[in-house]
Amino acid sequence: MKTFPIGGIHPSDCKEYSKGAKIERFPVPATVTIPLSQHIGAPAVACVAKGDKVLVGQIIATAGGFVSSNIHSSVSGTVVAVEPKADAQGNMKPSITIAVEGDEWAEGIDRTDTVVKAINMSPKEIVDKIAAMGIVGMGGATFPTHVKLSVPDGKKAECLIINAVECEPYLTADYRVMLEQGERLLIGARILAKAIGVDKIYIGIENNKPDAIAHLTKLAGAYLEIEIVPLKMRYPQGGEKQLIAAVTGREVPSGKLPIDVGAVVQNVGTALAVYEAVAKNKPLIERVVTVTGSTLASPKNLLVRIGTPMSALVEYSGGIDGIGKVIAGGPMMGRAVSNLDAPVTKGTSGVLLMPTQESLRKAEGSCIRCAKCVEACPMGLEPYLLSALTQQNDYDQLEAHYIADCIECGCCTFSCPSYLPLLDWVRIGKAEVMKRMRERSQKK
Amino acid sequence: MESQKLVISPAPHVHGSNDTRRMMGDVLIALLPALVVSVLVYGLQAFVVVAFSVACCVLVEWFVQKFIFKRPSTLGDLSAIVTGVLLGFNLPANMPLGLIAIGAVVAIGVAKMTYGGLGKNLFNPALVARVFLLVAFPVAMTTFPEATGAVSGATPLALAKESLKAGVPVGEVMQSVDLASMSLGMKSGSLGEISVVALLIGFGWLLVRRVISWHIPVCVLGTMALFSSITWLCAPEEYMSPLFHLLSGGAVLGAVYMATDYVTSPMTKKGMVVYGVGIGLITMLIRLWGPYPEGMSFAILIMNSVVPLIDKYIRPRRFGSVKSK
Amino acid sequence: MGSLITTVLVVSGLGALLALLLYLIAKKFNVEEDPRIDQVEKMLPGANCGGCGFAGCRGMSEALVKRDDISSLYCPVGGAECMKSVASFLGKAAPEREPMVAVVRCAGSCANRPKTNQFDGAKSCLVASSLYAGETGCSFGCLGLGDCAAKCEFDALHINPETGLPEVDEEKCTACGACVKACPKMIIELRKKAPKGRKIYVSCVNKAKGAVARKACKVACIGCGKCAKVCPFEAITVENNLAYIDFTKCKMCRKCVVECPMGAIVEFGFPPRKVVEEPQSAKTE
Repeated sequence: MKTFPIGGIHPSDCKEYSKGAKIERFPVPATVTIPLSQHIGAPAVACVAKGDKVLVGQIIATAGGFVSSNIHSSVSGTVVAVEPKADAQGNMKPSITIAVEGDEWAEGIDRTDTVVKAINMSPKEIVDKIAAMGIVGMGGATFPTHVKLSVPDGKKAECLIINAVECEPYLTADYRVMLEQGERLLIGARILAKAIGVDKIYIGIENNKPDAIAHLTKLAGAYLEIEIVPLKMRYPQGGEKQLIAAVTGREVPSGKLPIDVGAVVQNVGTALAVYEAVAKNKPLIERVVTVTGSTLASPKNLLVRIGTPMSALVEYSGGIDGIGKVIAGGPMMGRAVSNLDAPVTKGTSGVLLMPTQESLRKAEGSCIRCAKCVEACPMGLEPYLLSALTQQNDYDQLEAHYIADCIECGCCTFSCPSYLPLLDWVRIGKAEVMKRMRERSQKK
Repeated sequence: MESQKLVISPAPHVHGSNDTRRMMGDVLIALLPALVVSVLVYGLQAFVVVAFSVACCVLVEWFVQKFIFKRPSTLGDLSAIVTGVLLGFNLPANMPLGLIAIGAVVAIGVAKMTYGGLGKNLFNPALVARVFLLVAFPVAMTTFPEATGAVSGATPLALAKESLKAGVPVGEVMQSVDLASMSLGMKSGSLGEISVVALLIGFGWLLVRRVISWHIPVCVLGTMALFSSITWLCAPEEYMSPLFHLLSGGAVLGAVYMATDYVTSPMTKKGMVVYGVGIGLITMLIRLWGPYPEGMSFAILIMNSVVPLIDKYIRPRRFGSVKSK
Repeated sequence: MGSLITTVLVVSGLGALLALLLYLIAKKFNVEEDPRIDQVEKMLPGANCGGCGFAGCRGMSEALVKRDDISSLYCPVGGAECMKSVASFLGKAAPEREPMVAVVRCAGSCANRPKTNQFDGAKSCLVASSLYAGETGCSFGCLGLGDCAAKCEFDALHINPETGLPEVDEEKCTACGACVKACPKMIIELRKKAPKGRKIYVSCVNKAKGAVARKACKVACIGCGKCAKVCPFEAITVENNLAYIDFTKCKMCRKCVVECPMGAIVEFGFPPRKVVEEPQSAKTE
């Protein structure tokens, strides 16, 4: 069975808590807070003001540049504020707050359950539609999808890879989508393939989800261009570069993009959102969020309107008693939440509640040069060295040791027997080196 | 909801089962069979040597951390105990206790703590102590007590070296050696090195528990086997057989337990291969043409000193560094 | 006896040969350098702190010797005296600067600014600040993990375990600016050193709106502007809900200190007032 070439770890997948829970529609909250920057790139620019009435699906902020995204209202009601609100990490971010009144949808959105199979748009129309509907990568990186679909001149896409790996422990949002919305997902993938002009679609799924593999393989029988690729379970297989290597055997060179090896990768959630945008004219206003944890009374997979406060989801799934840490996303790459009133955004794939006794890290020891981090690094870097060099502020050496290649997957910290916060430091060093590299290229 | 304080830390939020203490504990478990054999062969005095060596190492480490570093003690990581057991394994069963204490001071106090403690030392502490004792107290270090069922006095390696020097042909020397009983532990030598079988059982445990990888031990022993095969095939009357070399002396103890010490071995698999081959080569050079019958300790220490260089020039394969098709 | 003589001869011969070799190599690779650079370097404090803008004292002394006009060069550690002696040695005009001192503009101690969460990562302000807003409701204030203290070459900055805030030892502070650069929240500022260690400054950098700032911290500046109105010298400006006292204009009249409703403006080194009014009395909001 295929997998990526170097490094990787085997965390226990902990998906059993929520994998059986069907996707539930989460009730519309009383107010939503929709941040203007839910994607990588320039923040969107608000096009509504305090007091305006909005409908579900109505555009409320327009893209602030090419690498940016439109934002639509996820509810109907009145705009009560357009001002900075604390995000999940407590930092103030420009947001639009809407008080909910009823649930009236904007015109033109097809809310029926009929599956639309035919795609009658040209590639350019598809990309424009995706841009207009505010679709971004929903695996967590939130890169605007229309940018990824715009293949630069001189480069050619050869295949589309649908990232159905969901290698983060605990999360089951993509898994449930595959089981429950498989048909729509495949149509979404075909729309994406048409947009970039390729006739080969790989769907990479890890072998800890055999029922999803079986289900999609059956459905894909109708489409010759779709190939389901079962992958050997190993974290971080869902990393873009790792997935491409696992599926096609091609390695994206340092500093290059997937398109340089002819691949475009899109997440399961993105493919579904693309189907809804293109076939049903529905903007990205809701997403599936896994709310889970080992001590939770009822872990769930919820279809949540963007802007719903996380505290509402936590309350709904069993409350915060005995919880020491709340994580937006998975346990390997998700970010700890300090402000529970912060909203679910386009990139929130899960809300993980960790019990108090699992929340604190163990005391740091000293590096014993065991090389476990070197062995685990999927990019072939030397985390122990990068961490030490960062603490010495030796940025030239950091660059020479390819710190910019780091994908921040966390394998190094996970595998360190001395509980050293390797990635904490590497992240700092990488940010500084990237800044220096950018400054240099601007000077040229 | 604000009654309890949420914990905020950077990702990742989960940790694997790797743990310094667990890994050191696994090394101790792996060393158990060899300890049992040595007690069976040499009796209780073998156990006393090991226990005393462990006690001394722990005491020295505690003392240095408490009174010199003034840092909280890290005895919980078990590394001092591992060093103590390995030091004991490198001594004869009738080693005077006072000399063991000196060895512990050299191992922990000099070879480990002067560099800054666990993880910072350049040389394997137990081996530094062994070589120190070997040079300072050669008689005590090379006189082995009567053992049940074993040839007393000199080790097979020393015996062979003396005999060959005196012009006795290999065939005759081999008559005094029984390879099968050598591998089980019926031979004279340092505590831990006598039973190759017991040591290999421990090796299996370390591999299963993923504490060490196969690279270093296999490269050390493989190089020794290859080297001695060549000399043996060229001149069977002058050189001992490869099997004799692998079974005698500290070959397996050194290759599996001493050379693989994390702190003093390379960080990459490729580096481990270079390091292992180097140890095998130097060991054989010393054994065949050097003044000492055994060269494993010196070989490991010499290669220890090369590790920073190996780590500087042998880097792991980076993702994307291979030209894609 | 013969072997002894041979030994002596061989060893001394070898020594002479090597000495000659070393001499030739030194001659060949010798770099001509102004000898004054060495001398100036000796006159500098030798802390290699980087406070002058150069990587070390050597770079500074090179610049001092080579440049004709050294008015833009200044060693904050050595101070005026050191610069004077260097300048007179080089026969140039001594650069002048007012002595400065580092000031920590945050009073958000554990008591004033209750913690709302617990940070559990690498002990570094840089790590914490790149992760999130901080352990308290204030996203601008001191994180208390001590990056500044770690960077201080002169042992002049220490985190007070009681308040969780760094404290500057004015005797030791050389105003090299290392802590200013180290602080990711840009809390530390170099301010003019006044006689008797007197200081008046706004001990807050919170730019949030008044109500938000007040909720997060008992001694936050809420940007009310009262201080600016009362200041007779127009030294105080309020921008982004935050007051700032320009130390070049401030005459240390202390009027603003009593005016501040939050007690966010602090004074040090003054004799007690006639009407005893401690800054803490500002608790009455």
